[in-house]
Amino acid sequence: MTDISQISTFPITCHSWNADKSLVALSLNDNDVRIYKRDGTGKWNCLHTLEGHSNRVTGIDWGVKNNKIVTCGADRNAYVWQLQDNKWKPTLVLLRLNRAATCVRWSPNEAKFAVGSAARIISICYYEEENNWWLCKHIKKPIRSTVLSVDWHPNNVILAAGTSDYKARVFSAYVKEIEAKPEASTWGKKLVFGNLLAEFPAGTGNGGWVHSVSFSPNGNKLAWVGHCSSIAAADSASDNQVAILDCNLLPMVTCLWVTENSIVGAGFDCQPLLFSHGGGQLSLVAGLDSKVSSKEKTVTAMSMFKDMDKKGAGEVSTSVATKHQSAINEIRSVSKGSKGVNKISTSGTDGQMIVWNLDSLEKSIEGLRIS
Amino acid sequence: MSKTVSTREFRKVDVDQYNEDNFQEDTDGNETQLQGPNETEVNNLIGSKNNVQALKAVVQNPVVGSRNTDTKLKAFRLVMRVLSVFKSSEIEAAVATLSASEVDLLMKYVYRGFSEQTTTTDNICPILLSWHEKLFAVGGLGSIVRVLTNRQTV
Repeated sequence: MTDISQISTFPITCHSWNADKSLVALSLNDNDVRIYKRDGTGKWNCLHTLEGHSNRVTGIDWGVKNNKIVTCGADRNAYVWQLQDNKWKPTLVLLRLNRAATCVRWSPNEAKFAVGSAARIISICYYEEENNWWLCKHIKKPIRSTVLSVDWHPNNVILAAGTSDYKARVFSAYVKEIEAKPEASTWGKKLVFGNLLAEFPAGTGNGGWVHSVSFSPNGNKLAWVGHCSSIAAADSASDNQVAILDCNLLPMVTCLWVTENSIVGAGFDCQPLLFSHGGGQLSLVAGLDSKVSSKEKTVTAMSMFKDMDKKGAGEVSTSVATKHQSAINEIRSVSKGSKGVNKISTSGTDGQMIVWNLDSLEKSIEGLRIS
Repeated sequence: MSKTVSTREFRKVDVDQYNEDNFQEDTDGNETQLQGPNETEVNNLIGSKNNVQALKAVVQNPVVGSRNTDTKLKAFRLVMRVLSVFKSSEIEAAVATLSASEVDLLMKYVYRGFSEQTTTTDNICPILLSWHEKLFAVGGLGSIVRVLTNRQTV
């Protein structure tokens, strides 16, 4: 049902799976990227260590089509790694940034990638055949603070960005040097590079930093999570109608659409939560952590002393009820089934990587229905 | 080394305000419309012991994010007055009549109440703590996080 792996005692900053999901590239909050492989006994072993960044690695994305890994770091660089003779060789990409890079994603056709940075710039990088070199173009206006996350639309041209100026935005990242003119999308008709197609607030009122943005599988909807403990979704097919849900929980920092109507978000509550988007409304369905869903969470001081008196039990438990012992910082899709994504993986600051099987969780947790 | 500059005033200059890359807040054009709760109405309701109605009235027309500190102070004092007339046993029922955004708004006022120490008001912290407990039961950790993250203050 859920596959728990304690990879390390160090936090896992970011992770990404390869095409057949046998290998995972992750970073343990340091300057290296490690590729882990699962052996017969189920233990994860570090197969390769990719050294190149001179500062913390902040984002990793493994291209499932081209088998190249792109990484970005706080050293203001991005590297594209290629497997040659069983060794991963880096190619530096000049991003022309004067601040750290924060997140990176390959586009759906993997001919270009987007890097968000603290320099208030998104760098769109593409490969130029003649010079054998990665070039980049910048999207600057009207971003006014750090770009915290980026996500591509399935049409390979539209890009969403969540920034810490309390806004989620949708841009066009059409690179005319390497692509044919794109068709008009529900998000906008004018798809010139760097064009702002839509801008949304993080939550009610001013909101908080937008930690993560995600496009739905067919690209019509965009979801984002804000530090104001809210999750929101916009539907471009219904005139950019926005649905915001202010949650009663701690903020989420990552989100992913699993079907066209369901979003999984996770963050400081240490468990993934399922939300349903329908009829212009967002609602919380259930948490995916079955241990917490079924168990009574609160322990009052009175009951603790009662236990101590009656049973002589004097210890206080230091572990958290959820499977993840600390905040979750990234959700990735592992496999797709007939309905949509049916397995997701979460990595956290407790050094664990957990794979959640949504199909079996749907059967076992009361009230969990993925629409 | 000898002191060539005797004045030290340059050290008090806030250089950050001259940085062009500074994040500028969105200036809200609606400021004239934020008037705050109707004072006479609320006072009448308190006088006639209609505590729950007074609570409902005081959360109307919230002055959030305005730069008009006088309006905000007046609204704040009014809210504190309404919160202090409730008996501890009545708070839970009153909170149940509020909508989610009204719970968030009251939570903001409760935290402002905690932070302001004036010698003129009586010690209202105990009643504020009761309100905090009941508002938290409904609003959860999210309502507290929103007090902390929202740049528009009460």
